[in-house]
Amino acid sequence: MINKTAHRGAYIHIPFCDHICYYCDFNKVFMKNQPVDDYLDALALEMKGYGADGLPETIYVGGGTPTALNEQQFERLFIDIEHYLMNPSIKEFTVEANPESLNEAKLKIMKRFGVTRLSVGVQTFDNRLLKEIGRAHGANDAANAVRLAQEHGFNNITLDLMFALPGQTETVLHESLERALSLGIPHISIYSLQLEPKTIFYNRMKSGTLKLPGEDFEADMYGQIILELEKHGLHHYEISNFAKPGYEGVHNSMYWHNEEYYGIGAGAHGYWKGIRYANAGPVKKYIEHVCKQGNARVSEHEVTFTEKMEEEMFLGLRLMRGVSVEHFKEKFGRPIEQVYGKQLEQLKARGLIHERDGRLAMTPKGVFLGNNVFEAFLIS
Amino acid sequence: MSEKQGTRQSRIRNFSIIAHIDHGKSTLADRILEATQALTQREMKAQMLDAMDLERERGITIKLNAVELNYTAPSGETYIFHLIDTPGHVDFSYEVSRSLAACEGALLVVDAAQGVEAQTLANVYLALENNLEIISIINKIDLPNADPDRVKQEIEDVIGLDASDAVLASAKTGIGTNEILEQIIEKIPAPSGDPNAPLQALIFDSLYDAYRGVVVYIRVVEGTVHVGDQIKMMANGKTFEVLEVGVATPKIESREELSVGDVGFLTASIKSVHDTQVGDTVTHAERPADKPLPGYRKMNPMVYCGLYPIDTARYDDLREALGRLELNDSALQYEPETSEALGFGFRCGFLGLLHMDIVQERLEREFNIDLIATAPSVIYNVKLTDGSSVRVGNPSEMPERKFIAEVEEPYVKATIMTPNDYVGSIMELCQRKRGEFKTMEYLDANRTNVIYDLPLSEIMYDFFDILKSSTKGYASLDYEMDGYRVSDLLKMDILLNGEKVDALSVIVHQEFAYDRGKAIVEKLKELIPRQQFEVPIQAAIGQKIISRSTIKALRKNVLAKCYGGDVSRKRKLLEKQKEGKKRMKAVGSVEVPQEAFMAVFRMSQDD
Repeated sequence: MINKTAHRGAYIHIPFCDHICYYCDFNKVFMKNQPVDDYLDALALEMKGYGADGLPETIYVGGGTPTALNEQQFERLFIDIEHYLMNPSIKEFTVEANPESLNEAKLKIMKRFGVTRLSVGVQTFDNRLLKEIGRAHGANDAANAVRLAQEHGFNNITLDLMFALPGQTETVLHESLERALSLGIPHISIYSLQLEPKTIFYNRMKSGTLKLPGEDFEADMYGQIILELEKHGLHHYEISNFAKPGYEGVHNSMYWHNEEYYGIGAGAHGYWKGIRYANAGPVKKYIEHVCKQGNARVSEHEVTFTEKMEEEMFLGLRLMRGVSVEHFKEKFGRPIEQVYGKQLEQLKARGLIHERDGRLAMTPKGVFLGNNVFEAFLIS
Repeated sequence: MSEKQGTRQSRIRNFSIIAHIDHGKSTLADRILEATQALTQREMKAQMLDAMDLERERGITIKLNAVELNYTAPSGETYIFHLIDTPGHVDFSYEVSRSLAACEGALLVVDAAQGVEAQTLANVYLALENNLEIISIINKIDLPNADPDRVKQEIEDVIGLDASDAVLASAKTGIGTNEILEQIIEKIPAPSGDPNAPLQALIFDSLYDAYRGVVVYIRVVEGTVHVGDQIKMMANGKTFEVLEVGVATPKIESREELSVGDVGFLTASIKSVHDTQVGDTVTHAERPADKPLPGYRKMNPMVYCGLYPIDTARYDDLREALGRLELNDSALQYEPETSEALGFGFRCGFLGLLHMDIVQERLEREFNIDLIATAPSVIYNVKLTDGSSVRVGNPSEMPERKFIAEVEEPYVKATIMTPNDYVGSIMELCQRKRGEFKTMEYLDANRTNVIYDLPLSEIMYDFFDILKSSTKGYASLDYEMDGYRVSDLLKMDILLNGEKVDALSVIVHQEFAYDRGKAIVEKLKELIPRQQFEVPIQAAIGQKIISRSTIKALRKNVLAKCYGGDVSRKRKLLEKQKEGKKRMKAVGSVEVPQEAFMAVFRMSQDD
């Protein structure tokens, strides 16, 4: 088996928020009274360790809310990144920003340290919905934040949007898409609301006070999104992602290409030297672990050969261009038909996937039923 | 009779405890075990007599058991108690009657707040039929809402027992236990019988043990049985050599012999519980008794359903598991059957619904076989136009209408005890369930027995649930079989995606066919998940579609969520989805979940 040089990314997690959104189940805490400086110390230590293993080609700082850090903390984070991880030939350096905490000073810091791409958490441009999902900003704040960033020379901006929100109509969705497109940004990620345990929405659902749109409505909206964004030149390249040509997310594409990456920070997940690992989630635990052992891994799993093939498929097929038959054979030393012959035949018969130009990809129908397609590639 | 045996026999007291579920039977049994120091505290497990997990979880005892206890009275005399446990559900009323027949007395336990319930009453009647001395115990008197005077009055009015010396007790705290023990000695007669007479021992339970063969629980009524004796089962004439006799204290103790009044067990290399039917009489092969003890009845299953492994490859495992259960369960019957929809499985016969649930649960839990159970059915007597007749226990095997002269279905006589306030709604319910009113008995100022003849199939359906919910849980039900009657019954088929699914066929009364059809179709629509294509569901009688609905095609099932690098979470989600599918059965091209097959039968009141 030939293992081509793994593309190597680094994900850095900032778990702090000024504000907790009603749908969010990521690892995050209220910023107030948190040992933020100690956390940044620990982060630096962890970065140092991974950096010694090789510098990443992409960096992605996510959260939480990275921009919730104050200016000193924010700058200090970038100094550490530059010191331990920065690769002079870096391909992409993305930072997540929330409209209410993105300001000129932070933009200047990011520019200075070579950030190439911003991901702005907008979710929707409807003020009533923003309130409903617990966001701290208004629709105009989001638009202003994007303009401010553009004025500071950030042209590669992606917006995070959401659909299937409680009370969201097709018109409201349409207006949000229009407003996003009017900002001239080259990339949009759009996620459907997932109800997850330990969120405010989940509790509301259980008490019967939350009304979510049903499956049919969700399907309609998804169809509408693909149509509208494609029409405006943002092509659908992954289930939830749309970009102008050349602006596809490099770091995220690495996940879908089943490549390896460092996961740094509380609750971060990484994949390195064949091992998928998870860091301790609680901030204090994370700091303790890093101080004691230099990293914060609390679970590790060595990916088996079979699992690696499964992941190659259920991650790779998320991309509209799909999986290269040739690449599969090269990577795993056997033809894909030998491993998945029966599944491929069935999925083709059901009209969920097709093979074109040596690539296996989902059909438009398959995209809507992606989980049924992915499931088929689990062998065990 | 030797003097020693005579004295011993005069000190034996055999009794059972009669109580409604939750009225405190097991706790009282524990107190008696404690008082007789049968167990040290360390050995004492709460509710000792309920052996299997399943029983403990359900709070009811299904396997009978008996213990021998030595009780030293304050007078200094030592007595031998045999406490015989009884099952607490109406499915097992025959077994209850046989355990009671092994006793001279019974402790009637009534909850000081809830009072007498229908099932308790039914069991008290069984005890009176067996001429048992009854000691009334009003339990849980320490509860804040206890009303012992009212309950005393109820025992006198409703049951007709003298409750003037009923024991006020709390089995939980031990209040009244000494008085109960004294009354057992004073009131319950010692067994009569001649230890030298030909042997008559009543079988009241048996269980299969992998090492010893069948362990037969007996009460010796006449004569004496020794190790080495040749014994004969009077029902089928089979003979065996006794290898072991003994008692449980509750630890197993071997003895040389069991004589008049003794309650214990014997083993004799018996291979099958089918040779040791409850209620049968054990006698000696050489010097048999001239007749068996009265009351023996062969038990026939009342309810049938099809059991199929979801994974067709596990058919042999299912066969083996049923075989293992059958070793211990003489009422369970099964034979192979084939369903177009479900493949190879077994048609199984049970005493009732509880029995069915227990067997299913044990198959799933103890043998790890995921099952599809078809809706239970009663046995119909079908007279054909050519003059012949068939018995049908599987709705899909009901002959075509043109060949049927008439169909008979089993009826029960149902006794429902209820507070007066609910008589109206109960009669309405019985009427709706094709009941025929028989009579009403006013038990006291507050309560009434409503007696109806009802089709057994209607009792199996949602009757009990509706009864409980429409009477706030106050009404209780007891029933007994009451022969067959001609009814206007039809077979209703269910079609999924245009194909008839034999495992979903049901027998319905003509008058209710439309409503049932509609309810089933709607329920299936709710339970069967969306498929990749639209699935029509239809209910049909013969060629005629009487109800239809459609499951819309699955439109979106893709996770559009930002998971970042958390691949293990994505994987778990897909694995869970895949696991869920394993619990579904592909019927044609439609994935049908396990519970859908029962849905044609189990529906709530609102449906």
